[in-house]
Amino acid sequence: MERRDFLKKSIIVVAGASVPLSALELVDPKEVLAANPDIHWAFLLDTHKCVGCGFCVKACKTENDIPFNAKVTRTWVERYVYTKDDRRYIDSPNGAQDGYTESRIDLGQGNFKEIDPENVGKAFFVPKLCNHCETPPCTQVCPVGATYKTDDGVVLVDRTWCIGCGYCIMACPYGARFFHPVEKVADKCTFCYHRITKGMETACVNACPFGARKMCNINDINDPVTQIIMNQRVGVLKDEFGTKPQAFYIGLAQEVR
Amino acid sequence: MVEQVAQMVVHGEAWTVKELFVLPNEYIYWSIQIVMYPFMTGLVAGAFVLSSLYHVFHVEKLKEIAKFSLVFSFALLPVAMMPLMLHLQQPFRGINVMMTPHFTSAIAAFGIVFMTYSCIVGTEIWFVYRQYFVSTALDLRAKQNRSLVDSFRLTLFTALTLGAWDISKEALETDHKACSKMAAIGIPVACFLHGYAGFIFGSVKANALWMTPLMPVIFICSAIVSGIALCILCYVVTQEIRKFMARRHLARWADDPNAPTVEQLEGAKQEEVEMTSRYLVYFMVAAITLEILDLIFRGYTQVKSWDILREVILERDFNKIFILQYGFGNALPFFMMLLPGRNVRRTTIACALVLFGVFMMRWNVVIGGQAFSLSFAGFMHYHMPFIPHDAETFKEGFFGALTVMVTPFVLFYFINKVTPAFHKEKDCH
Repeated sequence: MERRDFLKKSIIVVAGASVPLSALELVDPKEVLAANPDIHWAFLLDTHKCVGCGFCVKACKTENDIPFNAKVTRTWVERYVYTKDDRRYIDSPNGAQDGYTESRIDLGQGNFKEIDPENVGKAFFVPKLCNHCETPPCTQVCPVGATYKTDDGVVLVDRTWCIGCGYCIMACPYGARFFHPVEKVADKCTFCYHRITKGMETACVNACPFGARKMCNINDINDPVTQIIMNQRVGVLKDEFGTKPQAFYIGLAQEVR
Repeated sequence: MVEQVAQMVVHGEAWTVKELFVLPNEYIYWSIQIVMYPFMTGLVAGAFVLSSLYHVFHVEKLKEIAKFSLVFSFALLPVAMMPLMLHLQQPFRGINVMMTPHFTSAIAAFGIVFMTYSCIVGTEIWFVYRQYFVSTALDLRAKQNRSLVDSFRLTLFTALTLGAWDISKEALETDHKACSKMAAIGIPVACFLHGYAGFIFGSVKANALWMTPLMPVIFICSAIVSGIALCILCYVVTQEIRKFMARRHLARWADDPNAPTVEQLEGAKQEEVEMTSRYLVYFMVAAITLEILDLIFRGYTQVKSWDILREVILERDFNKIFILQYGFGNALPFFMMLLPGRNVRRTTIACALVLFGVFMMRWNVVIGGQAFSLSFAGFMHYHMPFIPHDAETFKEGFFGALTVMVTPFVLFYFINKVTPAFHKEKDCH
């Protein structure tokens, strides 16, 4: 090969390779995944509509690979029963993944309490999940920065970097975090980040037959769900911690903690 | 037909029993190893502070025990990290704390504070023992027909001198000054090492029992108490062993004409214990005052969490807190040390009780803080695994804790061979 040919061909190779190689530019993964400042995800839960069927829990566990036979869950439903003689009972057997098929209350340690239907003053269900707080205490305490908040307002965990110290689990006032029984790292609700970033609904919203769960972009004032949050009386859980939760509730009772 | 699938045990489920309404994801995630962690770092910090009393404030009477506690605190150092490693779900990623420290987290500072502190203790020991290293190396070098062990010791001690062979009076004077400086820097760092262990708990706003700004101060005071108590206890025990060996001529040093006699050992012991226990009482008063203040404040202000805290503190954990911790761990040893006619034996028993009391305090904070649900409507009970049936129940069970407990003594045995804590000659400060 002549020197001239060699140089010519080298230029062609370099020019040709630079096109696909330019795709390998180093970028912040957060930027690629979701850097859309117009989006800030929020959740709306209507306790009047929830019937405790547990479809959301099932759908979540299926979608996110949380074993059904493990007593931890990313989302759960609580049952509140107030009797006329001013007693309060709360339970959430197995996070309600099989739905509330029994009327008796689970008191733990294998004890149950049957309540006379005539004696029930009020009763309701409350679905719960990670609140994706504006100022999350869990990301603050992570010693290695393995859990973080995305620009579009979702709190995530990096499974490849989490050391499993459990500090974030301790710091969450809502009990939304746990150790994944298989991965052995901290785990929590991700708002089905892999779905919402592709324009789909979360698994639980999708599975709820009564519309008790809804999601919205709280920055979009034309979004019907955002309008509910703006125009109706909604509450958040444990606001005294200053975490600014992004999961809003309709019909929240003060006893719900 | 639904197929029955075996239950998968999640972390914490093996030792947690839930009562009434507890959130589905709540378990006692921080178990016995997290009780051991502040207990062990407390011992490290306390032992160091005791040794500094001599090096910085020149309390001459503490000279003997100061050297012992400095070497012992060095043996305790690696053990402060052990419970954390045994507790991590991903222990091989523990190094990530050093690689990407996330400074809004209290734990992130651990690597840096711990390394700084290790360097300070290491440097101080080097200055204290440099003269001993040099003279031992010179003696060995002068020796004819060195055995294999002697050759190894020669290499080791030559390396330990770090090339600084000058043991003139001026050089030793400089050593002494440097040593005092290191000890002076060491005190705040030791307090920081432990104070921030308290901060780890005190800053968890989700936990009603832990969240108090007093937590770091309470932890520092009880750390010093436990460190001093352990040093007195170990000092007395090792002196007893030395006495026994001197009497029976069991050890090599016992045949040395310069070796301390049984009477000398006994005399030294009484003097040191007398003096040290006085400091123990001072720090105990501070620790108990702060703990009681915290309790009274909670009861008096009666914020939302008080209902459930009252039930845990005054009913469910009453025996552990008021009988074991305050009764046997604080009040009883306190009176044992204050009542007239105190002797070494009584002080030693009191020290053992103090150590137990501090351990119970750590237990009641760590386990007690997880004894109630975030819902304030249920309780969790901790059953420490005794007989391990898998790696997890070993690590976070009785035997895991025992491993952590025993390790410093094993380490001390070996470290003592290189930097003898009871070296009497004028070879070290």
